[in-house]
Amino acid sequence: MKILVCISKAPDTTSRIAFTDNNTAFDQNGVQFIVNPYDEWYALVRALELKEAQGGSVTTITVGGADNDPIIRKALAIGADDAVRVDAEALDSLAVAKYIANYASANGYDLVMCGKETIDYNGAVVGGMVAELMDVPYVSLAIKLDVNGSVATLEREAQGGTEIVEASLPLVISASKGMAEQRIPNMRGIMAARTKPLQVVASEGINASTKVVRYELPPAKAAVKLVSADNVAELVDLLHNEAKVI
Amino acid sequence: MAILVFADNHGGKITKSSLEAVGYAAAMGGDVTAVTFGSIEGDGGMGNYGASKVIVAGNATSDPQQLTRLVVDVANAIGASDIVFSHDTTGKSVAPRVAARMDAGLVAGATAIPSGKEIKKNVFSGKAFAYVEACTDKRVISVLPNSFGLKASGGSATVEQYSGDCGSAGVIVKDFKPTSTDGSVPLPEAEMVVSAGRGMKGPENWGIIEDLAGVLGATTACSRPVADIGWRPHHEHVGQTGIAIRPNLYIAVGISGAIQHLAGVNGSKVIVVINTDPEAPFFKAADYGIVGDAFEVVPKLTEALKAFKSAH
Repeated sequence: MKILVCISKAPDTTSRIAFTDNNTAFDQNGVQFIVNPYDEWYALVRALELKEAQGGSVTTITVGGADNDPIIRKALAIGADDAVRVDAEALDSLAVAKYIANYASANGYDLVMCGKETIDYNGAVVGGMVAELMDVPYVSLAIKLDVNGSVATLEREAQGGTEIVEASLPLVISASKGMAEQRIPNMRGIMAARTKPLQVVASEGINASTKVVRYELPPAKAAVKLVSADNVAELVDLLHNEAKVI
Repeated sequence: MAILVFADNHGGKITKSSLEAVGYAAAMGGDVTAVTFGSIEGDGGMGNYGASKVIVAGNATSDPQQLTRLVVDVANAIGASDIVFSHDTTGKSVAPRVAARMDAGLVAGATAIPSGKEIKKNVFSGKAFAYVEACTDKRVISVLPNSFGLKASGGSATVEQYSGDCGSAGVIVKDFKPTSTDGSVPLPEAEMVVSAGRGMKGPENWGIIEDLAGVLGATTACSRPVADIGWRPHHEHVGQTGIAIRPNLYIAVGISGAIQHLAGVNGSKVIVVINTDPEAPFFKAADYGIVGDAFEVVPKLTEALKAFKSAH
């Protein structure tokens, strides 16, 4: 089975979020970038488990400049066989999806896997766009994935519960929490990652279909109102008369 | 201006998040057509939130490819400038496909109606907002659940059957397992959430959390460590890598408030924190707090709420 895993970089979950250039750009100063957790912990690790059980290969794909190479090497250290970086600016999700779909269609994969969303733009859209552009089925928010021959069986988060669904390969999925357990790369993996192939693919620029005009930080939170543990009735009163939520 | 809304049909009922999407489209100020699949009763309640026409495709299932063909066909037929979805579990499967098929800009997770061309959305897991513009003539918008309040207008919509072909389904639903059998509201749409963490000391102590949730009609949730060690199921984990919630009231018991947890709950309108540690970082993000032992405070709060409920 040939599996393509879409890997994106994202600011570490503990990063301080700030903006520069008159609030039009994310301030990368002092920010540590990581593999987007949904891409790494769930999509990539499940892809590796499937390969270990059934054979095949796991390739990662990333759209962006050379500043992505450290997180691509991390994915290789966790166990991907090789990596592709489409050397183009990731202007928006539809442009990224077009680069990935173009590469995937030209190279024939059975399974394309993404994380359910990135933790920076929280779009949850690239997987579905890739599937439409490739004209194949898409299962979003998958928490379980098994493949038997040419048929995949999945569980996915749905309104009020879990759906058990079936789809034929080739297939695009997005992975949510529960699909696999995070793997920490070992020293051998880190050493091997240095020499694994990272193919840089040149590409024509694709225009963006959306643009961020500006960013804004939420207003500072007012100080917490503390209520004595001996007087919980006061809290009930505040929730009713002041916050008006009960 | 014609606006098309995709409405999700869950067991014959239009979902609350889809009704929010209808209300969002109506607030944009256009003529709103809603499209759904399967069978619904009457207009599915969508006229009441501003739809003038409802189109029902009896021949389509919840399969994203069928729904994409349906939505794009209807959007073209009515000349829709905007196609609105809920950013829920169905919208996340269909909206991106529709945007790709129409080559239209998609603003995912909108929290306010467009102001000029700008649409506000959450980014960095709720730690900031972005104002996004589509660069295309047609635009797809998905609305973050619980961010746009429902306002009934008392109207009704005309209902029409879809006569086109939605093609074959790529994804077949074999079975459905409901998260809760007690009828509690799913976390992403819950208006009240009671959540607990490692401060509860063990899974056997969750009874007082369930009692508190019970009296409020709230859904229970938990922090990541508690889900990871198996005290509570994964589907209850709220946070940056779990479920993001936006309730009116979030009560956190015995959760320290790590930045990753806050990222999943910072959309809550009111946050109450109960913790023994006055230095717990969660108090900085809370509206109300009680420093105290959960095993004493929570049962007392449950009793006080019971007294309040019987008096109101």
